[in-house]
Amino acid sequence: MTDAAPVTEKEKMTMVVFSGELDKAMAAFIIATTGASMGMDVTMFFTFWGLNILKKNKGGNKGKGFKQKMFGMLNRGGSKRLKLSRFNMFGLGTWMMKLVMKDSHYPSIDEFIEMAREMGVKLIPCSTTCGMFGLAEESFRSGVESISGAAFFLNEARKSKVTLFI
Amino acid sequence: MKADQTLDCMGLYCPMPIVKTAQKIKELKSGEVLEIVADDKGIKHDMPAWSQATGNEFLGFEESGGEIRVYVRKK
Repeated sequence: MTDAAPVTEKEKMTMVVFSGELDKAMAAFIIATTGASMGMDVTMFFTFWGLNILKKNKGGNKGKGFKQKMFGMLNRGGSKRLKLSRFNMFGLGTWMMKLVMKDSHYPSIDEFIEMAREMGVKLIPCSTTCGMFGLAEESFRSGVESISGAAFFLNEARKSKVTLFI
Repeated sequence: MKADQTLDCMGLYCPMPIVKTAQKIKELKSGEVLEIVADDKGIKHDMPAWSQATGNEFLGFEESGGEIRVYVRKK
């Protein structure tokens, strides 16, 4: 181990979670909860497909007008509907992955989200994609922070020691 | 090595041993030693790294038959 000072209270990690697949969401939450365990102040900024991780599993999708409603139906989201980015095989691969996770007592995405919340990780939905997709704060599970824009993310990111794009 | 408290992380994958250690260490007093028992090989590198980041003292590990016992002294 090389010498490095312990994490100070203000040390930050920021993450853009762009992807909405089960495996990528897992990677994001593994790093977020580890960072929080190491004393870092972690902010996750969810945009595009990443928003699906935060959507309610039931009744979150509203959207105005035909196009947004249609899109919301195609892009339903919710932590329980996430698929693997590879070997989904019409859900078979994802089902098997979830079984393997259960067998090894690995937390589900829901449990990871709760764990992250309890550790003080901030979960922030991106305003532009929320606007385009017709999502409002009620579309998301509880514990999600208010919707913010790129400037908020960048201001956090420029103060961060670690920034990731997943 | 003598420990004040033990944390069982057998069968848990990364990051769970680290997450649980971070929670458990709060129960210890400064200077007390926490023993973490795990079988995830990553812990041998993860625990020194976690200790460095959190300012706790990594005391070392003992390995026998797939069981890794890691010792950390609370700062």
